[in-house]
Amino acid sequence: MSDLRDLYQEVILEHSKAPRNYRESPAATRKAEGFNPLCGDRFTVYLTMDGDSIRDISFQGSGCAISKASASMMTQTVKGKSTAEVEELFDSFHKLCTGRGHGNGGANLGKLTVFSGVWEYPARVKCATLAWHTLQAALEGKQETTTE
Amino acid sequence: MSIAAKSVSGTGFDVERARADFPILQQTVHGRPLAYLDNAATTQKPRAVIGAISRYYEGTNSNVHRGVHYLSEQATNEYEGVRKTAQKFLNAADLREIIFVRGTTEAINLVAQSYGRANLGAGDEILITGMEHHSNIVPWQLLCEERGATLRAAPINDVGELDLDRFSKMVGPQTKLVAVTHVSNALGTVNPVRRIVEIAHGFSVPVLVDGAQAVPHMTADVQALGCDFYAFSGHKVYGPTGIGVLYGKAALLEKMPPYQGGGDMIISVTFEKTVYNRLPYKFEAGTPDIAGVIGLGAALEYVNNLGLENIGAHETALLRYATAAVSSIPGLRIIGTAKDKAGVLSFTLEDIHPHDIGTILDQQGVAIRTGHHCSQPVMQHFGVEATARASFGLYNTKEEVDTLVRAIERVREVFA
Repeated sequence: MSDLRDLYQEVILEHSKAPRNYRESPAATRKAEGFNPLCGDRFTVYLTMDGDSIRDISFQGSGCAISKASASMMTQTVKGKSTAEVEELFDSFHKLCTGRGHGNGGANLGKLTVFSGVWEYPARVKCATLAWHTLQAALEGKQETTTE
Repeated sequence: MSIAAKSVSGTGFDVERARADFPILQQTVHGRPLAYLDNAATTQKPRAVIGAISRYYEGTNSNVHRGVHYLSEQATNEYEGVRKTAQKFLNAADLREIIFVRGTTEAINLVAQSYGRANLGAGDEILITGMEHHSNIVPWQLLCEERGATLRAAPINDVGELDLDRFSKMVGPQTKLVAVTHVSNALGTVNPVRRIVEIAHGFSVPVLVDGAQAVPHMTADVQALGCDFYAFSGHKVYGPTGIGVLYGKAALLEKMPPYQGGGDMIISVTFEKTVYNRLPYKFEAGTPDIAGVIGLGAALEYVNNLGLENIGAHETALLRYATAAVSSIPGLRIIGTAKDKAGVLSFTLEDIHPHDIGTILDQQGVAIRTGHHCSQPVMQHFGVEATARASFGLYNTKEEVDTLVRAIERVREVFA
């Protein structure tokens, strides 16, 4: 049995209980809604762009500990990043969550490596990546996205 | 735990003997014995069912209703034999009233598209309840959209029972069909179907009953219930997936147009005119799931042999034991506490998301369903996004309930 603490690391539990940047942003220039029909997780990501860079980001919604913590930590990580940098981060993060890129190459994930346990729980990969898919949709100017 | 305790609450049902009939239950998951508590999603299959399907493919496989050769005759006899088994299972008056379909969903769609399109128009209403599965909501919405009719839902109360007074007041001359679940998949509530039928028939409104969650737990006697249509799925009553039964009163079925066109549902075809086959074949276009039907027959015989009353008593005792056991867990809220319940224990735990509960339980070998259970209106009624749902079958034991309780305690530890 894989250790549940690999998945539910303290940092993840802490972020899920007290998510950062958890607020509606009426002044946001872009927003998108992400939905996982399988489990009902639903998040809205709000973006305020400064040219090609993210000046401000926030989110709101409901979901499991993994999806909420991932959204929370994502907002901390991408603030100030350019669209290209976000793409690169998401690519590395996705590889981390699916067990295809254990720290070799790609963007520096920093604190996001706490999600390295997710790949052992294939059913939970969509939880960890929902906020990222939603951010990507917002950057592309789409109103909504689903993980199906 | 003593051996005697395994026969739950002295119901006399030999659960260990029944467990031995299910090969899949012998395995371990994540190093722990599997405790399969997701029976409302689908049940496991006994050797009798698996064997019947293998024997069919190894010895009898042929198309039905077509060939003059030996195998085709054998296959047809077995296939039609299951129709008799299903007729007896539901106590239908007439063999022609048993139609094989893919499952409950297809059965409801058949009635919506055939009976519904022929009988509903603008201003008419279809009445359902607030505890329906999406499969007893969406087919009616599609129909209403096409015909300009309205779908209404009678409310449920705080414990998850149908508000029968409100229901009665919603039935009227404008109502053209009532569609209710026999047992709620998300809450376990058993609906008073006989009473519902009496009320609807008072206005000459036919009633469809979604029996998917009922037939594994209790006798469904369509004549005693008085309903006009009754649908169930094989895979929820220990049979294969992809096969189910629609019962319909012959007088109604006779008047209904075909649902799908194709082979087997016709007497003669010319480019000018086609004459449809008689019941039940009018509603069975194309080569059916013959192996599925044969597997279904084996499943119905299996539960008949054990006795639905014995199975029901065992599961009721188990549900009572589980309800008492989880009630002592701090922060646990049972969703659906109707007086008359079958098989289902839905719950939330503090503000821990059911998806997280499901993953942690799985690590301990406990399989449950988490999410909205295809019943989003029910979730909205109780003000929750989702629930965790343990659902019981004939092979579940008190020990498995104890494992469930320990696993829920583990969830609380992880999130402490």
